[in-house]
Amino acid sequence: MTDQPPGFDTLAIHAGAAPDPSTGARVTPIYQTTAYVFNDVKHAADLFALRAFGNIYTRIMNPTQGVLEAKIAALEGGTAALALASGHAAQMVVFHTIMQPGDEFVAVRQLYGGSINQFNHSFKSFGWHVVWADAEDMNSIEKALSPKTKAIFIESIANPGGLVTDIAAVAKIAKRAGVPLIVDNTLATPYLCKPIEHGANIVVHSLTKFMGGHGNSMGGAIVDGGNFDWAKSGKYPLLSEPNDSYHGMKFYETFGGMAFAITCRVLGLRDLGPAISPQNAFYILTGMETLGLRMQRHCDNALKVAEWLSQNPKVAWVTYAGLPGDAHHALHKKYAPKGAGAVFTFGLKGGYEAGVKVVSSVKLLSHLANVGDTRSLIIHPASTTHSQLTPDQLKKAGAGPDVVRLSIGIEDVADIIADLDQAIG
Amino acid sequence: MNHDNYPADYIRGILHSVKVIAMVGASSNVVRPSYLVMQYLLSKGYDVIPVNPGLAGQELQGKMVYGRLKDIPQAIDMVDIFRTSDAAGAIVDEALTLTPRPSVIWMQLTVRNDEAAARADAAGIKVVMNRCPKMEYGKQSGEWAWVGGNSGILSSRRQSMHESGKMQSLGLGVIPTKR
Repeated sequence: MTDQPPGFDTLAIHAGAAPDPSTGARVTPIYQTTAYVFNDVKHAADLFALRAFGNIYTRIMNPTQGVLEAKIAALEGGTAALALASGHAAQMVVFHTIMQPGDEFVAVRQLYGGSINQFNHSFKSFGWHVVWADAEDMNSIEKALSPKTKAIFIESIANPGGLVTDIAAVAKIAKRAGVPLIVDNTLATPYLCKPIEHGANIVVHSLTKFMGGHGNSMGGAIVDGGNFDWAKSGKYPLLSEPNDSYHGMKFYETFGGMAFAITCRVLGLRDLGPAISPQNAFYILTGMETLGLRMQRHCDNALKVAEWLSQNPKVAWVTYAGLPGDAHHALHKKYAPKGAGAVFTFGLKGGYEAGVKVVSSVKLLSHLANVGDTRSLIIHPASTTHSQLTPDQLKKAGAGPDVVRLSIGIEDVADIIADLDQAIG
Repeated sequence: MNHDNYPADYIRGILHSVKVIAMVGASSNVVRPSYLVMQYLLSKGYDVIPVNPGLAGQELQGKMVYGRLKDIPQAIDMVDIFRTSDAAGAIVDEALTLTPRPSVIWMQLTVRNDEAAARADAAGIKVVMNRCPKMEYGKQSGEWAWVGGNSGILSSRRQSMHESGKMQSLGLGVIPTKR
């Protein structure tokens, strides 16, 4: 390569994926394997003590998974990444690395419903307390901070509202507070937005969505921005203090700019166990090679569908940042200028019943609980993904009773529009 | 030389060319970064000579420890500095008095002393600051991807194996394992 930095699509294909060193295989092989032999007793001891690079056990690392991680890190502009079983697993391991019982973190309400559940309910049993704020009101984020705050959590493009968050503004607040900013970049993907460039310290992904892109594999990822001082405040003992299970090693001192990713691996994955399967890592790797092509088509199709819906007399409203009149159009132009994503919501004048009728009548679009597939998907959040939330929480999460969520695929856009046309009736 | 951003070829050239490395600030504590880096570089076939006044005359990882650079009874190719940025200045000046002079001064992650770097540069010595040779070797070798690291390096070439047959040794070719 020349000194010119490679472009996104080149990285998507080549980053992390040199020919296999053992076999010469050009495409990354599926290492459907659990364990790896040691050269000798000393080598084994060195691997377990993190004194040498090398494979030990697939719960902690796997050669196929490693290529996936290196590719994600390169695309996001991070120092290192860690792949896990799911996006939820990624979030669990991130907070396990940051939080102690009794600690707090600030999250904005405009999140994927599954994250709201995880934060409100499951995290509570670990003694990790979420304090909610509003992604559109920076003062609400400031006010939610306390001496116990360990992190701020946002989504770059929020699910399901289609809101684009002012990442740099939140990053400033996090920096002043001396806590890391964690950004869920699932709906944007690094093709549309790289949160680390805007001041984020940690990026998390559900790889199940656009990154893998084909609706065939679960996966999650944590990306280390390498831009946070984990020792300065003394608030992150797992990273800054000697670790008894590794002979007193201090992870931040030892691993510097990739300490967060390493700590998530050698403590979070080792002890909590949510490893990604090598087969899934392979499917996601294959999908990621076309990430740029797919995302652009997803976004182009989504804009055309949103424009069509906004002209439809039976549609009450459309929330898509790609539309010039949308409240988040300026933020979309700033943070994700190539496209506003492919997940957005609209409401029918007929309300709840009309929404249920549309999801019951579609023939091409699939009625299911996922986003980021090659196929166009449709769901009625109030009756499915967000059904555990109260009416007030539904509204704040952008999932009121009349809301229909679309995840626009990469089919011919005329066919997507024709199906919606017959379903809306 | 722009010390904020080194070209991959510059780092590769250094890792290829040096064989004997004096490590100033080598520690006997097995979880200190200097211990880990010394062990790694030894495993890759470099001859690492530890320098630490407090351990002078003892053996560390099978290697004799010297109190000062000028006490080392053989020519050294590179000085690797595991000390503070301030302390690095005097170490560079000491290195400049050696005969023959080392060809590379390397300051570890977080260690940076631009004035000292300028003095070394004026003497024709290559300088690397705020980097770790273990990490850079790992990036060049592809081992970095084993831990999900972003090496910044793309390659369509098959990476060669270390001559020991046990570890990847990348596009660095074969480094002599005799020490």
